[in-house]
Amino acid sequence: MTTPVGAASLTRRLPVPRKYIPVLVTACLFAAMFVAGGIRYEGFATGQIILNVFIDNAFLLVVAVGMTFVILTGGIDLSVGSVVALSTMISASLLPAWPAPAVMVLVPAIGALLGLAMGAIIHYFEIQPFIVTLAGMFLARGLCYTIGTDSVSITDPAFTAFAQTRVDLVADMWVSPSVLIAVLVVLVAAYVLHYTPFGRRVYAVGGSEQSALLMGLPVARTKIAVYTISGFCSALGGLLLSFYMLSGYGLHAVGMELDAIAAVVIGGTLLTGGSGYLFGTVLGVLVLGLIQTVISFEGTLSSWWTKIFIGLLLFTFIVLQRLIAGRGKQ
Amino acid sequence: MSAPAPILRMSGIGKQFPGVQALDGVDFRLLPGEIHALIGENGAGKSTLIKVLTGVHDIDAGEIELAGRKVVFASPLAAQQAGISTVYQEINLCANLPVAENIFIGREPRRLGRIHWKEMRRRAAELLTRLEIDIDVSAPLSSYSLAVQQMVAIARAVDIDARVLILDEPTSSLDAGEVAQLFRVMRRLRDEGIAILFVSHFLDQLYEISDRMTILRNGRLVGEYLTAELPQVELVAKMIGRELADLERLEGRPYAGEGKSAPLLEARGLGRAGMIEPFTLGIGEGEVVGLAGLLGSGRTEIARLLFGADHAGQGSVWIDGEQVGLRSPRAAVRHRIAFCPENRRAEGLIPGLTVRENLILALQAARGWTRPIPRSKQEELVEKYITALNIRPADPDQVIKNLSGGNQQKVMLARWLILQPRLLILDEPTRGIDVGAKAEIQRLVTELSDGGMAVLFISAELEEVLRLSHRVGVLRDRRLIAELDNDDDLTTGDLMETIASGAAS
Ligand SMILES: Nc1ncnc2c1ncn2[C@@H]1O[C@H](COP(=O)(O)OP(=O)(O)OP(=O)(O)O)[C@@H](O)[C@H]1O
Ligand SMILES: [Mg+2]
Repeated sequence: MTTPVGAASLTRRLPVPRKYIPVLVTACLFAAMFVAGGIRYEGFATGQIILNVFIDNAFLLVVAVGMTFVILTGGIDLSVGSVVALSTMISASLLPAWPAPAVMVLVPAIGALLGLAMGAIIHYFEIQPFIVTLAGMFLARGLCYTIGTDSVSITDPAFTAFAQTRVDLVADMWVSPSVLIAVLVVLVAAYVLHYTPFGRRVYAVGGSEQSALLMGLPVARTKIAVYTISGFCSALGGLLLSFYMLSGYGLHAVGMELDAIAAVVIGGTLLTGGSGYLFGTVLGVLVLGLIQTVISFEGTLSSWWTKIFIGLLLFTFIVLQRLIAGRGKQ
Repeated sequence: MSAPAPILRMSGIGKQFPGVQALDGVDFRLLPGEIHALIGENGAGKSTLIKVLTGVHDIDAGEIELAGRKVVFASPLAAQQAGISTVYQEINLCANLPVAENIFIGREPRRLGRIHWKEMRRRAAELLTRLEIDIDVSAPLSSYSLAVQQMVAIARAVDIDARVLILDEPTSSLDAGEVAQLFRVMRRLRDEGIAILFVSHFLDQLYEISDRMTILRNGRLVGEYLTAELPQVELVAKMIGRELADLERLEGRPYAGEGKSAPLLEARGLGRAGMIEPFTLGIGEGEVVGLAGLLGSGRTEIARLLFGADHAGQGSVWIDGEQVGLRSPRAAVRHRIAFCPENRRAEGLIPGLTVRENLILALQAARGWTRPIPRSKQEELVEKYITALNIRPADPDQVIKNLSGGNQQKVMLARWLILQPRLLILDEPTRGIDVGAKAEIQRLVTELSDGGMAVLFISAELEEVLRLSHRVGVLRDRRLIAELDNDDDLTTGDLMETIASGAAS
């Protein structure tokens, strides 16, 4: 029978399947940064440094998880930063009157609802996700200011407890409860993407929406669901940010949508959809966080260097993906 | 024998697209335990009938009954759940996903609620082995050839537990062995009582496999016939609405033997590890060189090397007696080489633009953007190729994605012809094209070569290769094993034997 040149002969030349390469590159990058930092700075190469990156970026991680779902279907969600801000604002303004658990349920529900609405508009009116979520971004940011224009501080005991609790791990290392929540979100999301029919539909829709439809997959439900998930994750990220900041403010998380997209792309997920791993997104967030850490260790560099490095990294990764994708075709 | 009650009955089906009445009062029925061929020219409405049946498009008029009950499917999912399993014309799978998943997505085997990957891979491999395909099912679909992808699509459809199986041109990328394999599966399913709808432009295949035929022309029903009672000539006449004399007129073109003048293009020891072993091949002006060989024997690989789509690992290419570096398709185009690839959907046409825009785009890109083509000239050129290839509807402002599969293919061909290349490489140019248009294309190739164009003609249909070529290169196992002059006594039998024996005769 025919023996197609293809996967078999290509993978024989590469030590690992090609699909894992972007994630591996990011992993190597992270390791290299960590080692280089350890050599250059006193007290850098400790486990706690990595945990601190998690602590400082738990909210971003949760937001990026939602973004990964959206980007895997070939979409984009620009509203996440604003939804995060709106969530901090709603939490801060409701907390004096409402019990904390009620707020913790209500806020993610609002986020999910917003995502659901955007997803439905995107699907049923066939409008570009870019446009719809851009509108969502303005809407959510604007709503913050209808609640209040100033920063509102949070004094609720449950929230402050979340902010100040240390969960001790082995050997003097610790994390915040937010990190545990973020890790839980990552694990659940990774399970969903890999082991449930819904997760696989996300990849299928990203591969080709038309084909997914003709294969008899429920495309509408899948597309709307990913925006709902993204909305939910943004709102949850907003809650984590309000634990971290202990305030609600319309100017929180300005530009976070871009950080989230950057993390997903650096993590090796294709912007065109259909290819990528959640583990890559985790690495992407870690790399972004580690850049900040290095710059703070350096001391003399201004924080703008963070942006410059992220920019360079993005270029590198997009070019890398091109090369890999190009070689994959033939 | 009294016919059993039809499992599917469509009556008075009408479907209107902007500017086109794709279906008009079509009746169609499908009996259980029967293979029913749906036949018609490119654009006759075959795929549209299938798409309105399976809920891809809404229907404008008419009724559908499945097992005696009236149905309307809102989506392909609904049709699938009602027991209609479909392979649509273009391969509609997700190339980014592994092969196994493409077969099972939507009905994954599960254990404790989670997808049971191991079981999925095992069952996928088993299913494909039954189709005599032995591949790594965990590799992404995109890493395999079109033929394998088509087999995967078929494997998916036949595994769905269905009462009705629809195959819209499933054989367009398959070689003889794979077709035989598919037919075996189809016969087995038929004997199990499944109703099968089959579309193909290969008349031989239709006669080999089908029990009954329904013919469409211009969106209207011509009639339903028992295959055994409809001779081939009559079928063609009914299908195209006139007698087909063109085909006969093209009988054999023996090599003129005008002493070997310096070839236009010559490949010397050209090769690439893993793709094709070094070969030497020359093509002269006005010469048609055919390449024959099984699928995966290296035919397409030769074409890709000559077009610069892949880098040669060794050897050289000479044009007009000078060595040239074909490092990219752009370089090849500069030397006026054109390549019409096998996989037309992925390469070449821009689906959202019109026929005119697609054709002119190619020409303009080749001319350089500083020399615009005047509108009148554009119209004249586009008109010329629409007529030459019989593209239908003959409307230059029709958007490509709205054309039928076969007509898209003709536009693709026109796109390259309009560049007036010196060497035209055609990889399976007549797949998926109806008999009438096929004859047109074959005539066109003859005319072009008479006008001095060199043509490298690749086709799995040996008759076609033999009818058109002056010389035939025979490939086997990625090696050019023989070059035969197409003199009077070369037959398809000889070619077949050469391919099989693997030795030059
Ligand atoms: N989405 C669409 N929008 C507008 N016109 C369409 C659309 N789909 C098909 N058509 C038109 O409907 C007619 C029938 O097309 P159809 O695809 O059913 O042909 P076909 O018989 O399958 O031909 P082929 O053998 O080339 O596949 C053609 O004229 C085509 O241009
Ligand atoms: Mg068709």
